[in-house]
Amino acid sequence: MLFFFETVISGALAGIMYSLVALGFVLIFKASGVFNFSQGVMALFAALTLVGLLSGTMPFTHIDNAAMSLPVWAAIPLTIFVMFIVAVLIEKLILRRLVNQEQIILFMAMVGLTYVFEGVGDIIWGSDVKVIDLGLPQGAWGWLLDTHDFYIEKIEMVAAGTAAVLVTVLAIFFQKTRIGRALRAVADDHQAALSVGISLRTIWIIVWSVAGIVALVAGVMWGAKSGVQFSLSLIALKALPVLILGGFESIPGAIVGGLIIGIGEKLAEVFGGELIAAAFARWIEIDPGIFSATENWFAYILALIFLLFRPQGLFGEKIIERV
Amino acid sequence: MLYRESGLFKTSYSADQVIFPIPQDRWAILAILAIAFVGVPLIMDDYWANAVFIPFLVYALAALGLNILTGYCGQLSLGTGGFLAVGGYSSYKLMTSFPELDMILVLGGAGATTALVGLLFGLPSLRIKGFYLVVATLASQFFLIWLFYKVPWFYNYNATGQITVVPREALGFLVTTQKADPAVRYLFVLSIVVIFAMAAKNIVRGRFGRMWMAIRDMDIAAELIGIRPYMMKLTAFAVSSFYIGVAGALIFSVWLGAAESGETYGIDESFLVLFMIIVGGLGSVLGSFLGAGFIVLMPIGLKNLLVDGFGMTAVLAKHIEITTFGVLIIFFLIVEPHGLARLWQIIKEKLRLWPYPH
Repeated sequence: MLFFFETVISGALAGIMYSLVALGFVLIFKASGVFNFSQGVMALFAALTLVGLLSGTMPFTHIDNAAMSLPVWAAIPLTIFVMFIVAVLIEKLILRRLVNQEQIILFMAMVGLTYVFEGVGDIIWGSDVKVIDLGLPQGAWGWLLDTHDFYIEKIEMVAAGTAAVLVTVLAIFFQKTRIGRALRAVADDHQAALSVGISLRTIWIIVWSVAGIVALVAGVMWGAKSGVQFSLSLIALKALPVLILGGFESIPGAIVGGLIIGIGEKLAEVFGGELIAAAFARWIEIDPGIFSATENWFAYILALIFLLFRPQGLFGEKIIERV
Repeated sequence: MLYRESGLFKTSYSADQVIFPIPQDRWAILAILAIAFVGVPLIMDDYWANAVFIPFLVYALAALGLNILTGYCGQLSLGTGGFLAVGGYSSYKLMTSFPELDMILVLGGAGATTALVGLLFGLPSLRIKGFYLVVATLASQFFLIWLFYKVPWFYNYNATGQITVVPREALGFLVTTQKADPAVRYLFVLSIVVIFAMAAKNIVRGRFGRMWMAIRDMDIAAELIGIRPYMMKLTAFAVSSFYIGVAGALIFSVWLGAAESGETYGIDESFLVLFMIIVGGLGSVLGSFLGAGFIVLMPIGLKNLLVDGFGMTAVLAKHIEITTFGVLIIFFLIVEPHGLARLWQIIKEKLRLWPYPH
């Protein structure tokens, strides 16, 4: 039984990590209707920039220079500033020129943007695996392991805490501030928002910057767990089922979807194979390890089955078709 | 002056309905086919076949398939890599289980298998639309790749997990493995692609193509005039998967000679083929060829320029290539969302008026 709970909790914590990425998607989708496929690579890019600044790497040369390295309190704001510049560039060079295009065109532009981020990040900072060192705790949580024989990674607890803080801050930002209200107005109806004097361009820049900050957080958490490297950008693909489970427009949906996917994935991985093998044991012999490498598709199939019953996701707005 | 429609008097219904109504178009197509069938094989060697011509042709076929689904029926799919894998692996199973089978039949079988799998994964498409469907097709991509890697039956319990081609003939000519003459392999792929392209051109201007386009433009309106959206979406999935399956079988058997599910048919392939139809033009048969040509040739040209011309390292050139890819895609979407095929149309319009611009 203890093992079961351990599986559930480690699944939930992994799910929170997915939610961090999914959050960035939701923010941009709500404000601009753009499905930002490049969110995962943005996380990679932000993490690469932070590591580069921390270690004093000279851009384009890939040479570390300890004399140039910045302390953590300076590197983080500078990275956020870089993400802001990126947001401005994206708005100026891409979004502004694709206004009123079909959604599929915007989506493909974001796929193109993914490639640009990937290439530029590698050209500037090099493509080797980097270690991110922000002084985040590593390893198992000793006290819990000693007293209750319960294994939890510290970094995942930190990620969960950060996610909680992030969601709270975002909720306050959206509900209470002037800009937040403008953002919600844009999300509701672009034209109505324009007509009461809200500047769409400013809003887009703000949203993309916020998404950049969320990407930085996600990049740091994932980077601390498995090193800053190309595979980090693939977490975008893991966030997609979370999104469709939770609904594209809902921040709570991203969190709940992440939890469901994280727990479901872990349970299937640990218990699914044995269950299936036991269920079919009478007719056919199935290797209990069959579910061992399912992390690539299990979440997708789960989300797909779910979609058949609720096409707009758990918390998504009901799709109403008008002619 | 050279290229115009005036002076063409059609006296029968069939003359009005021919595929290429303008004589210059017909001559151009015939000339291109003559060069492709007679001229190109003369200079064919292993490098040209494996690096340029065969990849171009098989990707054009895959792009054609995806274009039927995405460009004509409006269902965005990112499962292309998975369907290519179904084609590749089913052709392998057919080749090894029935050694006497002609390659043409193997390809047909691979296409049919893929069409069935495509039907299966097309089932959710009635309820799920837009981005949700994209994610659903991604599910098929990941699931299929996992299946071919995890179930040893598909690769005949090899120790390596790879599938390797065996020598097989088409109409008496050896077309697979490296022992086959590159010119023969090229001609085999070319004939198949030409047949499929002509078929596609005819399907999309016929009854099915028009119904697909009606669904794409507005599914509710299409339903109101009596088109069954479910049937049409499913047929689009089936036909498109058939094309992609044949392309996948050709990638494995004639082009590469060996394949491994995650390496050869990964998610990157899905994006690559999608880029081809964006760059080439959504909803255009010609566009599939232009896009495939562009995407296959650009990396080769860029690599030659950067590595041999400027003496860069291969790694840096690779990064620059990826960036250029992304920039070009965004550039195309902004400047010409309808792709290279639309540029060709504009040139045609201009040619009609030339040399008098008004």
